[in-house]
Amino acid sequence: MNPDLFFQYLLAGVTYGFLYAIVAIGFNIIYNTTGIINFAQGEFVMLGGMFAISLNNVLPLPLAIAAAVALTMIIGALLEVIFIRWLKSPSVLRMIIITIGLSIIIRELALHFWGETVYSLPYFIGNELSTITILGAKVSPQVLWVIGVSTIMVTALSLFFRFTSIGQQMRACSSNRLAAQLCGINAKNMVTFSFMLSAGIGALAGCVISPITYTQYDIGPGLAIKGFTVAILGGLGNSMAAVIAGLLLGLIESFSITVIPLAFQEAVSISILLLILFVRPHGLFGRSETASLKEF
Amino acid sequence: MRQYFSLGFLLALVVLVQLITQWTDTAFYLTQLTMSAYYSLLIIGLCTIMGYAGQISLGHAGFFAIGGYLSAGLTTHNLAPFADNAFASMLNKAGLLVASQDLYGDPLLTLHPWAACFIAVSTALLIALALGGPVLKLKGHYLAMATLGFGIIIYRIAMATPYFGEADGLSGVPSFTLLPGVTVSGDFGARTSNYYIAWGAVLIGMLLLTNLVNSRMGRALRAIHGSEEAAQAMGVDTARAKLLTFVLSAGYAALAGVLLTHYNGSIGPSEAGIMKSVRYVAIVAIGGMAHLWGALIMGTLLNFMSLRGLFGSYDDAVFGCILIVIMLFAPEGILRLHLWQRFKKDKAKT
Repeated sequence: MNPDLFFQYLLAGVTYGFLYAIVAIGFNIIYNTTGIINFAQGEFVMLGGMFAISLNNVLPLPLAIAAAVALTMIIGALLEVIFIRWLKSPSVLRMIIITIGLSIIIRELALHFWGETVYSLPYFIGNELSTITILGAKVSPQVLWVIGVSTIMVTALSLFFRFTSIGQQMRACSSNRLAAQLCGINAKNMVTFSFMLSAGIGALAGCVISPITYTQYDIGPGLAIKGFTVAILGGLGNSMAAVIAGLLLGLIESFSITVIPLAFQEAVSISILLLILFVRPHGLFGRSETASLKEF
Repeated sequence: MRQYFSLGFLLALVVLVQLITQWTDTAFYLTQLTMSAYYSLLIIGLCTIMGYAGQISLGHAGFFAIGGYLSAGLTTHNLAPFADNAFASMLNKAGLLVASQDLYGDPLLTLHPWAACFIAVSTALLIALALGGPVLKLKGHYLAMATLGFGIIIYRIAMATPYFGEADGLSGVPSFTLLPGVTVSGDFGARTSNYYIAWGAVLIGMLLLTNLVNSRMGRALRAIHGSEEAAQAMGVDTARAKLLTFVLSAGYAALAGVLLTHYNGSIGPSEAGIMKSVRYVAIVAIGGMAHLWGALIMGTLLNFMSLRGLFGSYDDAVFGCILIVIMLFAPEGILRLHLWQRFKKDKAKT
């Protein structure tokens, strides 16, 4: 493999890797505050892209994206308030089934509104033909947008959790919910916040990636599964590890095309992940002691 | 004793439904009832591993597809060009090959459906055995993820392999003669006999499973569902019990796949899709998890309505809504709502 081609694959892998990482972080935010996995996470990405595409008909692109993110956040909050807030200590199986049901309904509604047409946002800069040459590899400027926005998002999130009051309250809820409540933190609101937050970052990722990967009503489950594998690979609840795991999955996928046909790409990447899961069930960066203490 | 009574009741109901459709001239319902019966066979298998042992499996459509696809592939692909091959001629001498003619009168040499069925089901069992070891060590979200991943792998393989027809799937699957005179086929005239074959399979399946869940094994499974550590402390070999149940349920799924494929005469990649697995899990949940009869009733009812096209293009949406409503308001399943007792209690209060 010549170096140019190598960088081409590398950049493709990194682009997808960041997308998976963002979905995985969405999983982690909700998992940390509630202990549940929101299987409708991929649908937030789809909704963000779809709203932005529809709003872009009447609004300029940056405003359309902002409005789409805000709309998706409202939907995320509504889902939590209507379906999850009032349940008293639901079992894992019950929550898995409820969120799977929600993802099906969101998808079917999207199919109803937007049909089976494949949409995409316009390129933020230039068009599909414009390229930038980096180290001999030709990449679309949109790839740089994806990498840049994702990096900013990940950094902003970690700063948010560390230095803002709400972020600290959310972390308190995840480490000990009862103690947090005794300190006067409204744990239920924190759960709603976490749904809003993960819907928002999912929607933003959906907008940025839309010009490259296109948006269709059924992209959600595929992304959710990849994001979920990445979240588990990094160790559930660990957002920085999710970025590394996401990049790992993206690179495995993009380099696997050099040895096996594209049609088997997903089968191979998931097989590798299953193998990792069997050998290290607590994730690549998690510790088995902490994993065994977790309830799920 | 009680389960034999229930099984007898089911048998009577099966015969009654057939007679009613005959009298009212609505025998076309039998086609969908036959197909629902095969799906129910898978669902009661899933019910034992999910409801009784408490291990979620989001990959059972994968086992169904292994059964269906292997048996379809082996009985449709022509072996005539390889007839001189040592292995093929050995099979031929053993009487495992069937010679026939295709639409254009060319010779067609395919594997006997019994041999194909045996290969398909035992492959599914072996895969379940190999997969079950590491997978069943996982819990909660991890288990859901691993089984989901397995389902996707099978789906992708079916979609990408020319041998399995890629996106088109396989069609022209021949009929399957179980015993002389008893043939699984989609022929118009064989509708009634196929209805009885399918429900006969469900009856036998139910008989085995009701005995299983009422045996020592069944009690061990329920103990695992309650608390795995406690079950282990009481001397239950939890790993073995979970693995055996997983393999058994995979066998049910594969057998259902084989029979339904021969009945339909075709199989497509959608049978291996994630939505199918989710739907099976949904039905077990609606039936009340550890409730074989609930799973059977709901499986037949919902699959029948879905296959009749009652939900139109909202098929998946209806399943999604049912899932949410049941899990929010009746996590024990609708058959366990005990509306009557609640009513009595309310009366006693006033």
